[in-house]
Amino acid sequence: MEHPGGKGRVRVGVVVFPGSNCEYDTVHALEHLPEAEPYYLWHKDRDLGGADCIVLPGGFSYGDYLRTGAIARFSPIMQEVAAFARDGGLVLGICNGFQILAEGHLLAGALLRNRSLKFICHAQHLRVERVDTPFTSRFRVGQVIQIPVNHNEGNWTGGPDGQSGVEDRGLVVFRYCDEEGSVTPSANPNGAEGNVAGIIDEGGTVLGMMPHPERVSEAILGGTDGLSVFGSMIDHVLLGRC
Amino acid sequence: MYKVSVYVTPKKGILDPQGATIERALPALGHTGVGQIRVGRFITLEVEGDEREAVSAEVDSMCRRLLANPIIEDYSFELSAEASGGYESGTQEAGA
Repeated sequence: MEHPGGKGRVRVGVVVFPGSNCEYDTVHALEHLPEAEPYYLWHKDRDLGGADCIVLPGGFSYGDYLRTGAIARFSPIMQEVAAFARDGGLVLGICNGFQILAEGHLLAGALLRNRSLKFICHAQHLRVERVDTPFTSRFRVGQVIQIPVNHNEGNWTGGPDGQSGVEDRGLVVFRYCDEEGSVTPSANPNGAEGNVAGIIDEGGTVLGMMPHPERVSEAILGGTDGLSVFGSMIDHVLLGRC
Repeated sequence: MYKVSVYVTPKKGILDPQGATIERALPALGHTGVGQIRVGRFITLEVEGDEREAVSAEVDSMCRRLLANPIIEDYSFELSAEASGGYESGTQEAGA
């Protein structure tokens, strides 16, 4: 069957929920990658439109009512996204997208309110813990990158007693660190356990991260570290076709 | 018809930044000797149905799937029946 995006193109569905607000930035960032063919999906859609990968963008889906991501998780499209993920499709959740994936049990743990009770919005150093994932192959292990955070509920926890097992299973992909790459309490902006900024699922195809890669995807905005996340994802899809 | 009260609280061992902040604020008002403050959510609802067990099971399902996140929160709920001869009340503890 001919690929709907055409040979050499990678279709990236960016899901829009009521209250999403980073979808345009995400599509804009993806447009810097010549092979990427980003398009929007509405949360009521029941078809992913021939997606090669899915991005759940940042924002405040359903006004963050009840808990962040709690309502969006039950949107019709999330059933499709879950099925897509089960079949090995790539799913990237950014900020609110991460919260939705955690609420939907596609990723471990939960995102609590920041320890400071303050909304945080600043440039943040991250240490790349794994480069053998579809989202981080353009980095080096231990590389210190800078991607901004912008959230009120980014305080990741694995649950009481660290029951999620993400550390034992090596599922942490990004950690908050200082500019030298030291993972310290003072470099932790929100109180997340183990300075966790991003984790992947056991199957290695679903990544959630609190920082916003779409906001550092062009030099004029201060960096391109974020573009490497999207670029790795596109590379992975293209490699899989070889 | 049952009136339902649902209580959602952070699980033991889960950081509760709001509770911790309130706990630090109270001594400034002269309230010393106060501890273990946990801030949760109180939800009221009405559920149609006559059979207490069936309503209770339905509320339990709502709690597990949406009203609470079992990874980080405990929940409990109380049902009170709206009957002509008064009402009955009881507590269903769950999610501990």
